[in-house]
Amino acid sequence: MSPILFYFFAALTLIFGVAVVANRNPVASALCLVVSFLGLASLFVGLDAYFIAVVQVLVYAGAVMVLFLFIIMLLDLKAEERRKINLPAYAGGILVAVAFVAQLWLVLQRFSAAHAPFPTLWLKDGQTSVDDVRNVGTTLFSVDNLPFQVVGVLILVATIGVVVLSKRELK
Amino acid sequence: MTITLFHYLFVSGLLFAIGLAGVMLRRNIIIIFMCLELMLNAANLSLVAFSRFNLVDGLPNYNAQVLVFFIITVAAAEVAVGLAIIVALYRARQTTHVEDINSLKF
Repeated sequence: MSPILFYFFAALTLIFGVAVVANRNPVASALCLVVSFLGLASLFVGLDAYFIAVVQVLVYAGAVMVLFLFIIMLLDLKAEERRKINLPAYAGGILVAVAFVAQLWLVLQRFSAAHAPFPTLWLKDGQTSVDDVRNVGTTLFSVDNLPFQVVGVLILVATIGVVVLSKRELK
Repeated sequence: MTITLFHYLFVSGLLFAIGLAGVMLRRNIIIIFMCLELMLNAANLSLVAFSRFNLVDGLPNYNAQVLVFFIITVAAAEVAVGLAIIVALYRARQTTHVEDINSLKF
């Protein structure tokens, strides 16, 4: 991925990620989250993970965000009124996040392999990119077949759980 | 200046830190939930970056991408269940502010 595109999409992801946290209005937060996820999907494309990028857009920017917006509108949430801020909690939260980034920076500086450029892919003649979907599918249905089926059961359980939880009378 | 694994991992770490700060700073349960999604996506970014970095026979390591696929699936299920719980909570208490929900607080 060219550096300009990388910096553009990384900045998009991070700035709108900050906007999710900073916005008072939940609807604005949810819309910022969509843009952040789209930036992330672009970063996946830069890493030759086209399938994951498309799934990211479909599942997150599509399904999950629609769910979030539905719930926000269903609950009819207004922008949060300002309350007395809990200063130790604020300071603690920012401190932990900054400490995490500082430590990550130090560890990554010492991780020398990470500073080498990405190895080039071995492409067959005439190919311009990898057969991404085919390769993911082959792995998914051969090596990881059992986990794949277990995830299917998990989604069934989640669906039933949501239906039960959403009943008017919880018993 | 080429883009290396370092850049991707650092962006992933920053995104995780933003999500972490959001979970600790915000008091609206829906926004806390969005920040959890942000943290899951940060983990996905580092997995995909390592998949591209560690080639197997000249191709990205697809085991990592399948893991990302599973994470996205489980995260989607988690969002559905979590939002259903939030709706049930709102019906019971008429609030999404975490400081108003303190029955279990010592």
